[in-house]
Amino acid sequence: MNTAAWLILLLPLFSAVVIGLGAFRSRKASAAISVGAVVGSFLLTLLLVSAGVKEGPTHTWLEFESLQIDIGLQIDPLSKLMLCVVTGVGSLIHIFSLGYMNKDRDFSRYFAFLSLFIFSMLGIVLADNFVMMFIFWELVGVSSYLLIGFWFEKPSAADAAKKAFLTNRVGDFGFLIGILMVWAALGSVRFADLVNAVPGETATITGLAGFLIFCGAMGKSAQAPLHVWLPDAMEGPTPVSALIHAATMVAAGVYMLCRVFFLIEGTWAMEAIAWIGALTSLIAALMAVQQDDIKRILAYSTLSQLGYMVMAVGLGSPNAAMFHLTTHACFKALLFLGAGSVIVALHHEQDIWKMGGLRERMPRTYWTFLIGTMALCGVPLFSGFFSKEAILDAALENNILLFLVAVFVALLTTFYMTRLFVVAFMGEPRSAHAKSAAENSAVMTVPLLLLAVPSVLAGYFNAHAPNPLVLAASLVVLVFGMLVANTLYNGAETDPLPARFGRLAKTLRDRLWFDEVYQWFIDNVQENLAKLADTIDRWVIAGLLVRGTHGTTELAGRVLRLAQTGNLQTYAFWFAAGLVALLIFTLA
Amino acid sequence: MEPTLDQYLLVSGALFAIGLLGVIVRRNLLIIYMSLELMLNAANVALVAMSRFNGNLDGQVMVFFIITVAAAEVSVGLALIIALYRKRQTAEVEDLATMKL
Repeated sequence: MNTAAWLILLLPLFSAVVIGLGAFRSRKASAAISVGAVVGSFLLTLLLVSAGVKEGPTHTWLEFESLQIDIGLQIDPLSKLMLCVVTGVGSLIHIFSLGYMNKDRDFSRYFAFLSLFIFSMLGIVLADNFVMMFIFWELVGVSSYLLIGFWFEKPSAADAAKKAFLTNRVGDFGFLIGILMVWAALGSVRFADLVNAVPGETATITGLAGFLIFCGAMGKSAQAPLHVWLPDAMEGPTPVSALIHAATMVAAGVYMLCRVFFLIEGTWAMEAIAWIGALTSLIAALMAVQQDDIKRILAYSTLSQLGYMVMAVGLGSPNAAMFHLTTHACFKALLFLGAGSVIVALHHEQDIWKMGGLRERMPRTYWTFLIGTMALCGVPLFSGFFSKEAILDAALENNILLFLVAVFVALLTTFYMTRLFVVAFMGEPRSAHAKSAAENSAVMTVPLLLLAVPSVLAGYFNAHAPNPLVLAASLVVLVFGMLVANTLYNGAETDPLPARFGRLAKTLRDRLWFDEVYQWFIDNVQENLAKLADTIDRWVIAGLLVRGTHGTTELAGRVLRLAQTGNLQTYAFWFAAGLVALLIFTLA
Repeated sequence: MEPTLDQYLLVSGALFAIGLLGVIVRRNLLIIYMSLELMLNAANVALVAMSRFNGNLDGQVMVFFIITVAAAEVSVGLALIIALYRKRQTAEVEDLATMKL
């Protein structure tokens, strides 16, 4: 079983290496290796789950006096669940990519990167200590950079990749300090040791360490104020958006929080995390209301749902967070792949106002997208309903204010998803491409159908009888949101909101000026700091210290060279003079 | 009147100084070489005088050795000077500055 566990992790790496070293010459071989690796990992995961393995293998990697770093696999219910999500959703997305990327010049490179990403992500899931997790955490950052910037000829994609990477670095800085703090305070980096060590430490210290570690999650899971990279990351290929920016990478932050929940439990960090999550879900849902790009709407929706999950962790309910993570991974991957299917059919048109009337033309995409939308909105008996209920339950028990925010976000979610659905799929086609759209081939629609199944059913694994108040609240906002959005957008040719709420709509459309504020900050604060550092480097370090040393040495050399005339007799003279001086010195 | 030790040493010092001056100011390698020999023999004079006035033969024995070794050294030195002259067609010391970069 240990071999199986290692294989789950290493198969995708093997695939990436083989494709990179030679198989890239053949498009078919690259795709086959990559898809085979991830499907293989999925099957092995199923084997692992069914065999009921409880412990993973461990090898010591580094050993210093008191610091021992292992490369080990953590196998417990949490990681098994996440393994299923990553490899399962990952497999379907790989298959979908076969169709989506079919015409791309760099088909092989795409699959190599995808395999590298799966490897990194599985590393995070399976890591049994902080250092290993951090290594894979950074690997995920790198592979996400490569995938977002896959079409690097496009300046916007290259910029988005850089933005994602740099924003993540900010969060990872906190993560690293947090890890060092955990090691300093608790003397170990292994999760298994830490669980026992935490009760011996004061809540202030563990809370601070936990919050710093949460900074890493803030970067990866795109929580405010580090959420700005995720909408831009939609520049990558759509299956990448589905895989990385809906189902796996952004879920890594939430997964990590659940993994280290023992660290923050009962400390002040919980409150902070809950509020950051709630704030993120609120602003992201607001911004989603006024976006026109189908992928951007889904991106903001992802942000908002991630905010939900983080809030659930902050409310002391990691189970609810993981539950929502799982259902969300299924239905959001479905929605992204559905969007990808629409985008391909419309020749890479992403503006929802140029779609419309796709119901008859793309029936399979239409129905699966509808299922995804209903799951996301939390229509009763769909998977999203149960997981959202669980989070709302947790909010109601702990903090009534957060509960109200969460309910409002649910209303907004229903509103913007209904808007997206009505505008993009219903009514009359609004462009020539929409008129001529046709359903995609089976390689793209079958993954949609396969993802639609868990999008409906995943909730039943963990279904509880909902709290009546929560049930009533969510049903009211669901019906209300759908009705309002339907009235506003059914048959609309353009968005009616900017006309009605001019300035408010524009603010939301401009994404609350987060990017502008950051730009201002970079131009005015960071730029000046950089100039200061440049001045110090140029004048003090390079000028005074480096050139000063060099200059003094050279000058001394030039002066001393004068003594080296090359004339034998000068040397004899200096020799005699030295002798005389020595004699005077010793005898006098 | 017997010369005193001081007088011997004075002669020795004067010879040494003349030799050194010759080494420093003369241009021809052969002359420089001769001046060097003069310096060597100035030292010999001092050693013999010391030996004589101390009633101890050690100094004189040493001078014999020095003269023997000097004879060998002169032959090597002259050979070098001749080889140099054949190669460079000069024995002037300021022409021999190729060691300077």
